[in-house]
Amino acid sequence: MSRTTLSAHLIQFGVIAILGGAWYWSTATGSVSKLFLPEPAAVWLAFSHLITTGQFWSAVKVTLTTIAQAYAIALLAGIGVGYLVSRSRFLIDVLEPIIAGLFAIPITLFFPMFILFFGIGTGSKIAYGASYAFFPIALNTIAAFANAETHFLRAARSMGASQWDTFRHVLIPSALPVLLNGMRIGFFISFASVLGGETLSSVAGVGRNIALAAELMESARMYAWIAFVVLTAVMLNLLAGGLETRVSRGGDGAWR
Amino acid sequence: MNALAQPSGLNRVADRPVAISIRNVSQRYGHAGSPQSVLALDNVSLDIRRGEFVCLLGPSGCGKSTLLNIVGGLVAPSEGTVAVDGRRVRGEPLPQDVAFVFQESTLFPWYTILENFRIALKFQGVAKDERDARAMAALETVGMAGFARHHPTQLSVGMRQRVNMARSICVGTAILLMDEPFAALDEQTRMVLGEDLSILLAKTGKTIVFVTHSLAEAVFLSDRIAVMTARPGKIKTIVDVKEAHPRSPDFMLEPRFSDLRNELYAMLRDEIRLAMAAQRDPNAGEEASS
Repeated sequence: MSRTTLSAHLIQFGVIAILGGAWYWSTATGSVSKLFLPEPAAVWLAFSHLITTGQFWSAVKVTLTTIAQAYAIALLAGIGVGYLVSRSRFLIDVLEPIIAGLFAIPITLFFPMFILFFGIGTGSKIAYGASYAFFPIALNTIAAFANAETHFLRAARSMGASQWDTFRHVLIPSALPVLLNGMRIGFFISFASVLGGETLSSVAGVGRNIALAAELMESARMYAWIAFVVLTAVMLNLLAGGLETRVSRGGDGAWR
Repeated sequence: MNALAQPSGLNRVADRPVAISIRNVSQRYGHAGSPQSVLALDNVSLDIRRGEFVCLLGPSGCGKSTLLNIVGGLVAPSEGTVAVDGRRVRGEPLPQDVAFVFQESTLFPWYTILENFRIALKFQGVAKDERDARAMAALETVGMAGFARHHPTQLSVGMRQRVNMARSICVGTAILLMDEPFAALDEQTRMVLGEDLSILLAKTGKTIVFVTHSLAEAVFLSDRIAVMTARPGKIKTIVDVKEAHPRSPDFMLEPRFSDLRNELYAMLRDEIRLAMAAQRDPNAGEEASS
């Protein structure tokens, strides 16, 4: 470990320690109501209860399945549409601003509509997560394929590469870093939208449990569920980051 | 103007068969008559013989690169014909006969050096079991075999361009088209690579067409230098350089070298001024010539 990463880790650890200390101090001195912010020990108790009783399992299964479905739809539609648009300068000029413009609208505004169309089951959360994640994936796919460096394409053409060769050996590897970035953003947006949708209106899932605990004023339980989501997000982020470096490196050695 | 008529005296280049024949080639971008239309090349004719090193020298925007792209089949000419070994080129590359080296390294950064060579050979249709041996042989000729497993980004710009050159040689085409391959390099690296190229020419007998801005580079490398006018590009004159390949850097110290360089500069000076004026006013070049 070099000195810079060591000091970076120390600072990261310090920030977390300060936040934790502030939490402990504010609850211990009673300056914040326990109803709003219970002390760390109470949250830890609720959290271990969640884990040891296996209570979390059915909710997690619902949520993760919903996220997987929403993300799969967003990937297929986003990459498909993005690739087709990227094939023509005209289509990019016409459609890219529309897709970017729609992405600027908070899709949450349409959440009641999703409930009307798909009910309060997982359907509405899938639709919500998929339509939100579609935009960054499509936009990044357009950028990834449209900005493939022309001198590489020209070189491949001069070397007699067939269309399929060019696609496989030049276009895809050149697009991959930006494409993966879009996939990663899309994943976290579908993750956040599904959980958000569940807290707004649903019958099951992690988000539903958070909303329920809040309604019942069981704040320790609510924070335990939130802590669970945070841990899941951190783990998924590490996993995604690891996959991304692996794929970008194409086996051996980094190129970006 | 027509230097082909004069015997060059060196291996009797004039007696060798014509490798590239450029006949009355013009290139216009945009529709003729429209205000945006630009005539990039105006009725260019040139014969390049087998094993000859020809430089296209001219001011920026004179259409040298366009001419090279037309010869290599990356661009179809608006008018005129190009033939490589007697076969007409119609805007389709001829990967079996012609290889390109561009200014920017076109080594794919996502592959190692060896993989880059393999893929070039695969594109060209070389059998799988032959690829590695040919790749390594080409890397050895430029002294880069030790870097086969490296990624292009791990090499310096000069080393990358040397490997880039080796890749174009490895595909084994008789013709090499080089579009300012050393423009992005510092002068010292440029001199070393220029010397390498001269050795290579002597060894392989390839026909090379080389686009450059550099007068010294043109004199050092060429058998013939085609001096082009400002846009629309025409061949102003052809200058012979009678010096056998491989050339040593000592050639640059000879009075002959500086005489030729000065001669070229005198020819180019007015064209460079015209080209600069055209940059300020896109239509100036065309009006001045018509």
